[in-house]
Amino acid sequence: MLGTTIILAFREIRRHVLRSFLTTLGIIIGVAAVVTMVTLGNGATAAISSQISSLGSNLLTIRPGQGYGRGGGGPSPPPFDEADTEAIRKQVAGVLSVAAQSSTSAIAIFEAQNWTTTVTGTTNDYFAASHLQLSAGRIFNEVELGAGKSVCVIGSTVQTNLFKEGDPLAKTFRLKDISCQVIGVLETRGAAGFGPDQDDQVVMPIKTVMRRLTGNRDVRAFQVAVDPAYDTKAVSAAITALLRERRKIASGDDDDFNIFDSKQLSDTLSGTTKTLTALLGAVAAVSLIVGGIGIMNIMLVSVTERTREIGIRLAVGAVQREVLMQFLVEAAALSCLGGVIGLLLALVATFALSPLMGIPFGFDVQINLLAFLFSAAIGIVFGYFPARRAASLNPIDALRHE
Amino acid sequence: MSEPLIRLRGITKTFGEGATAFQALKGIDLDVDKGDFIAVMGASGSGKSTMMNIVGCLDVATSGSFTFKGVEVGTLERDQRALLRRRYLGFVFQGFNLLSRTTALENVELPLIYRGDDAKARRSTAMGALERVGLADWSDHTPSELSGGQQQRVAIARAIVTQPQVLLADEPTGNLDSERSLEIMALMRGLNQDSGITIMMVTHEPDMAAFASTIIHFKDGLVERVEQNRPIPFRGGVGVGHVQNSGVLTAPTPGPSPEGEG
Repeated sequence: MLGTTIILAFREIRRHVLRSFLTTLGIIIGVAAVVTMVTLGNGATAAISSQISSLGSNLLTIRPGQGYGRGGGGPSPPPFDEADTEAIRKQVAGVLSVAAQSSTSAIAIFEAQNWTTTVTGTTNDYFAASHLQLSAGRIFNEVELGAGKSVCVIGSTVQTNLFKEGDPLAKTFRLKDISCQVIGVLETRGAAGFGPDQDDQVVMPIKTVMRRLTGNRDVRAFQVAVDPAYDTKAVSAAITALLRERRKIASGDDDDFNIFDSKQLSDTLSGTTKTLTALLGAVAAVSLIVGGIGIMNIMLVSVTERTREIGIRLAVGAVQREVLMQFLVEAAALSCLGGVIGLLLALVATFALSPLMGIPFGFDVQINLLAFLFSAAIGIVFGYFPARRAASLNPIDALRHE
Repeated sequence: MSEPLIRLRGITKTFGEGATAFQALKGIDLDVDKGDFIAVMGASGSGKSTMMNIVGCLDVATSGSFTFKGVEVGTLERDQRALLRRRYLGFVFQGFNLLSRTTALENVELPLIYRGDDAKARRSTAMGALERVGLADWSDHTPSELSGGQQQRVAIARAIVTQPQVLLADEPTGNLDSERSLEIMALMRGLNQDSGITIMMVTHEPDMAAFASTIIHFKDGLVERVEQNRPIPFRGGVGVGHVQNSGVLTAPTPGPSPEGEG
């Protein structure tokens, strides 16, 4: 009995290819849209979070100047100096390390290659605070740092442009007017999305940079690693107070430096991407509903024809249950088929779009299941209930349905 | 006298309610014996189709008693009436009512599916019915590929494939030209005489009613009169005017029809 019903249902699906296709299409679009959007949204959130965490968590970056991007007017604010570094290290609670940075841009020349890059003068704290790993070689030793030796750790972009395929370790290249020996190579980080490109830099001991490249003792930035047990906001406030005092800023005047808190940024951004994912989800839900309305329409449009069909089946002796079972199987088969096609389409779309958008490919079981069940339910409900109404008519009324 | 196959007593049918109510049947008494070929005639709205639908268990009477093989149909459940249709009744409609995009064979198989026949038995029984109506060569054509007359013959094949006791035909020739109509009528009379199927047919064409052994005239929801008829022999020509207007209920005279369908 059930086998026959299933055969009958599939016969009807096959006989009405266009109707079946249109019914399925609504579900396909609904499911594919929701799953694709939510999956990509989640991927973007994950990508942003991982980029932020790659900057180093609990990291404060302090630079002279107000906020992001300097305004036009006024003299540029004075840089920091090494005394500030010591003051922060010693006077602020919760500070693990302070990496002072002095930077300049310079042309690097090796054999026939030259490359303009950023030279960062700093200490070994910089690598730890910025979560920079070495792919080869080593970081500075005490002697190199103390004496300001001309050694460097280069980023992968610099490595590629200067040394091509060759091994850069222990090679010496020319940087502006000095020669510099490579002792280490940084692991490729990729476009960080925030801050300067950390692959395109030459890291040298800060003393070397000050003495031989910039010719001054200016510190352009600090990277302060904060003890995870401390709140970065409190540490940031303490540093602000200290620097205001040291830079003699009158109370009421604005800070002439800014503190970039990676944790705060991370919280803000992940909040934003969550909002965006919710928005995308809402847009997708609308398309699911639109798809559902499409299903409803085609089901209701075909109800006249189908009511007559039900009348014929009843007239030749089908009992109500047999007719309904057939319609239920039909609706369920179409809905599930549409759902599965929709999921596959979403899988292909997310798989193809993720690399283009630079986000990790992810498969979210929950959203797949939710979209599938929702659209299948719509298909079944709107396939089944008009049939139930028709099957409860007197056969003659069903036959005469206009 | 034994119980008639179909017995109607005081059957009424009212459509709608209150001020807009329309009483289509106002109290029908009718007996149909096994093997009868009855034509029901009357003007539009005289209630003849309504009566047919009640006898066919496609509709239920508002009041009165309808017994089929001694069983009171009015007290049956929906599904029991469906089983009654499945086992004992076959229908032919004016509008054919075939499933679209479905081959003639599959249309004819439909009642057998609900009867629970297996695929093989279904196929051969359905082919047999199609042969009976002369459409064996058209079994894989869908209704849209068949002429009106052929569609109606498919419908007849579907109606008789379960070997029903009663064939109910509501204006079976209403959509056909006179030549096709005569073919259909010849086919129906053959079924009546060769297979002993009781036939009840609504028509408003006297030419078609002339094939029946009894003609019942409806007027305004009541039986106006019952007329015994000597069915015309069928072959060629147009047989009209053999209606014996006796008005007396006599035993139906068996027609001298030597052959069945054309």
